[in-house]
Amino acid sequence: MQAVQDKEGIKRYLITLHVNGDSYTRVVKANTLLVNVLRDDLDLTGTKKGCELGDCGSCTVLLEGKPVNSCMVLAVEADGREILTIEGLAQNEKLDQIQEAFVDNAAVQCGYCSSGMIMSAKALLTSNPDPTEQEVREAIAGNLCRCTGYVNIVKAILSCRKSEEGSE
Amino acid sequence: MYLPDFDYHAAASVEEASNLLGSLGTEAKLIAGGTDVMRMMKEGTLALKSLISITRVKDLKSITHDQEKGVVIGALATHNEVMLSPVLQEKYMSVCETAHHMANNQIRNIGTIGGNIANAVPSADFLPILIALGAEITLQTSSGSRSMPLEDFFVGPRQSVIKQDEILTEIIIPEKGFSGSNYHKFGLRRSGALAVVGVAVAVTMEDNLCKDVRIALGAVAPTPVRVPEVEELLRGREISAALLEEAGQVAAANCRPIDDIRGSKEYRQDMVRVFTRRTLRKAIDAGHV
Repeated sequence: MQAVQDKEGIKRYLITLHVNGDSYTRVVKANTLLVNVLRDDLDLTGTKKGCELGDCGSCTVLLEGKPVNSCMVLAVEADGREILTIEGLAQNEKLDQIQEAFVDNAAVQCGYCSSGMIMSAKALLTSNPDPTEQEVREAIAGNLCRCTGYVNIVKAILSCRKSEEGSE
Repeated sequence: MYLPDFDYHAAASVEEASNLLGSLGTEAKLIAGGTDVMRMMKEGTLALKSLISITRVKDLKSITHDQEKGVVIGALATHNEVMLSPVLQEKYMSVCETAHHMANNQIRNIGTIGGNIANAVPSADFLPILIALGAEITLQTSSGSRSMPLEDFFVGPRQSVIKQDEILTEIIIPEKGFSGSNYHKFGLRRSGALAVVGVAVAVTMEDNLCKDVRIALGAVAPTPVRVPEVEELLRGREISAALLEEAGQVAAANCRPIDDIRGSKEYRQDMVRVFTRRTLRKAIDAGHV
């Protein structure tokens, strides 16, 4: 990783992030967090900041396909890696099935946890297309909804199961 | 939340990381997942000049079974990689179950088993089960390595015998012929909570006779601890409900927990009694190690 020192003697690092299929090269400091690059440099503000300590899950993104708290990942550590954020789910202006299901099931109350919830659900359904309710609840155990709207969130995710296809 | 400034070094090898740790001194710290170090830096309880990342060091992630050594776990294996490891699921399901009940999915994808050990937090979940199973660890520098039983590693809360330039590279669970093992984490929530009390048991049963047993407790002392008094009580005895209740009482009498936000000393001791009994029962009845 290329590092340069600026006029004030602060070290900066040249990194390339692959976000939602696009590559972005940016200069960051060692203490720059992934969530801040996404929100402040790339204007991808769909990823939310909550506790900033890895407890609440609002900043969940997929790093190499796995959900992580982007507030606990240094930008330099994400160099060269694939990142998927909530903005990367819709294809050709068509919402992802999970996003549709959140709308249809009224799983969005204040909406602050929704991005993280949906990213956790996306990772679960990609690796396990037919999860049980228990598996759904475990997958979103690291995503806190302070409106406490968990019932509809779980319902929405369950409605995206492979076995539910064509049941409407 | 503000993360203070620091210098970042991405080490390509254990040797490089060890040399950096040696030359940068005590104001530098190693990170693997970094979930613990970064949290402390954000909260202002830890100040560092440099972080040395070993996430890009190769060959420290694999979990394999070696005929001579036993199960070898690379220190950089994440909690989820431990949970999903086919080798561990076959040999030591109790270790996979321990990983499953740690933190939450997002943290389990970043946090590593090596970090969980090296942080030396008394409530860390991997410690009791690995100590019960008789695990050993390898500490490496640029010039050599040493290994030791995991239970000898800890000195106090967040303190261990690791030297400034040493890096924990692997955890080895030697073949000891246990017939069952189990870890019970008693937390206030099922996800994202620290253990109030953690009890781990590894046992060798012959019909109803306890041939050998190792018991380790977490979150009830400055370090994870064995309870030899209970092990001696059970070794060579026929297991009965009364004996397991007595084992719980002896365990409670021989631990020295503290009062804190998660539970009082008395509550923790009583939970040690309950969960020592129940965890023994589960390990004795287990169909797997």
